[in-house]
Amino acid sequence: MSSTLTTPDRPTPAAPAEPAARFRDLVTAEWVKLWTLRSTYLIVVVTVLACIAIDVNAVHNDLTYIDHPFVPRGQLLRGATTSSRVLYDPLGSSLNKIARDLMMIAFGSLGAMTVFGEYSSGLVRTTFAAVPDRRSVVAAKLFVVVTVTTLAGLAISAISFFVTQGMLASRHLGLSIGSPGALQAVAAFALIAPVAAVVGMALAALIRHAAGSVIAVVGVLLLLPMFFGGDRYKLLKQIGNCMPLTALERLKIDPDPALHQDLGKYAPTITTAWTVLAAWALISAVVALVVVRRRDV
Amino acid sequence: MFRGVAAGSVVRVIEAKDLTKRFGATTAVNNLSFTVQSGQVTGFLGPNGAGKTTTLRMILGLNQPSGGTVTIDGRPFASHPRGLRHVGALLDADDVHRGRSARAHLSALAHSNRIPQRRVGEVLDEVGLAAVARRRVGGFSLGMKQRLGIATALLGDPPVLLFDEPLNGLDPEGVLWVRGLFHRLAAEGRTVFVSSHMMSEMEHTADRLVVIGQGELIAAESLTEFAARGSRLSVFVRSPDIAELAPVLAAEGAAVVPGEDGTCRVTGLTAVRIGELAFEHRFMLHELTVRASSLEEAFMELTADSVEFLAGEAR
Repeated sequence: MSSTLTTPDRPTPAAPAEPAARFRDLVTAEWVKLWTLRSTYLIVVVTVLACIAIDVNAVHNDLTYIDHPFVPRGQLLRGATTSSRVLYDPLGSSLNKIARDLMMIAFGSLGAMTVFGEYSSGLVRTTFAAVPDRRSVVAAKLFVVVTVTTLAGLAISAISFFVTQGMLASRHLGLSIGSPGALQAVAAFALIAPVAAVVGMALAALIRHAAGSVIAVVGVLLLLPMFFGGDRYKLLKQIGNCMPLTALERLKIDPDPALHQDLGKYAPTITTAWTVLAAWALISAVVALVVVRRRDV
Repeated sequence: MFRGVAAGSVVRVIEAKDLTKRFGATTAVNNLSFTVQSGQVTGFLGPNGAGKTTTLRMILGLNQPSGGTVTIDGRPFASHPRGLRHVGALLDADDVHRGRSARAHLSALAHSNRIPQRRVGEVLDEVGLAAVARRRVGGFSLGMKQRLGIATALLGDPPVLLFDEPLNGLDPEGVLWVRGLFHRLAAEGRTVFVSSHMMSEMEHTADRLVVIGQGELIAAESLTEFAARGSRLSVFVRSPDIAELAPVLAAEGAAVVPGEDGTCRVTGLTAVRIGELAFEHRFMLHELTVRASSLEEAFMELTADSVEFLAGEAR
């Protein structure tokens, strides 16, 4: 009788065969790993609140100047009238550059953290011994990080936009999401979060070191574009146009001709800007997937 | 799952063939071939830097061999999309994220391999960490982390288990528990492969030994066979008349190695015979101790040429 062989403390396994490997299980595992670290909550919550606060505060401060336009002595702005309607850029002001930089650093670091956290702790060996299909692990990680950062970016961008435009509405300056360029700006501002996160993951997959990865995130996403500005050299500017930061700034521009927004020479087109954002995300994801394949861990 | 194994339907073996691993100019593992059988505890022994960890990592596909192959049941481990139901491993107790709790760590691993979450509670109970399961691993002692590593290895109820220096940091109670666990796992028909740099740890744990030094195989045999390689029984003698006693013993055919302060180590004579000779010649003995040639000595002798990091003379 087979039941006599049964060890009492060990129930008979239901299925004799191993259940099929599912990608969804790896996503659940990575989701659990992300949300069982305090630093995740800290980064996501603080960044979302801080970015919204920065955007709202910036516009709040602007209200004073909108009500009492300040014109520097001897420097009358061309076309300036008593109405500041034409001079104020409600789109650019609601999606602030400081908030943008903070988002890129924070979510770039969050993405990097999910990867270097494995290497610097040694957990990566436990992970890959449990799931030898390494690329699926990284794909699941990408899926989870992109989901979380997209939602966080969307929260920052949409809440900032609607709150600040509501504030500006009282001065008859507010935009609706249907205004020209508004949806595009809000979408691009939200999507810079997942783009930065995936770039962070790729950099961490290459560097595999905590401090090094975070420095690389700041360097590549924020400092590098500074070297490729200006209108003097076309090539330099064109390299600069390939940076996610430049692409985002292009997509944030209010197309309202009354604002006389100066794009400068060799400015990227809208299509180029979207392509640049997509390419950074895609290439970074491929890098993160490829480098992990056969390397010793 | 593994009960079929216990019934002898499948033999789970680890088989390394001409396994070689080079890191730049350093050869960590050189042409290593051995097999590890199921149903027994196999000790993997070698001095520090002998290549034990590198070998275990190659078994798990974490490091790519520079040459040769290693398979489990004729299949490279890395060819399984999910691993925990095939091989459970504790490579380094620190291979966990310090910021997660023990339960969170195991829970994520269970999810990844589609193992029911109740199994997490079971293994935590089994290793005695249930009470601290919600504490962050960063605050764990080495012994607690070893227990967590063992829980990780047991999670998938695998037929093959690898442990790298599992006894480090464990208290005496923990050492006894681990030994019992290994014997039980082997008795259930599983393959248990345990590395150590301490022969004394293996003495009461392993049934067979794979001994390596400087990345090369030194011995692969049963514990008894290995013990027989050691020097013969020796007797430690302390006497104020050692200068006169030594030639008498030598005349009886013993090998006498003089020591400090009127002592010597004698091989080739039993303690009884030495005592009789001393009595006959009226020499006073202060000490007469049989030193069973220990496994430790056999191990030290065998690996003497291959110790990588030899300490300098004590100052």
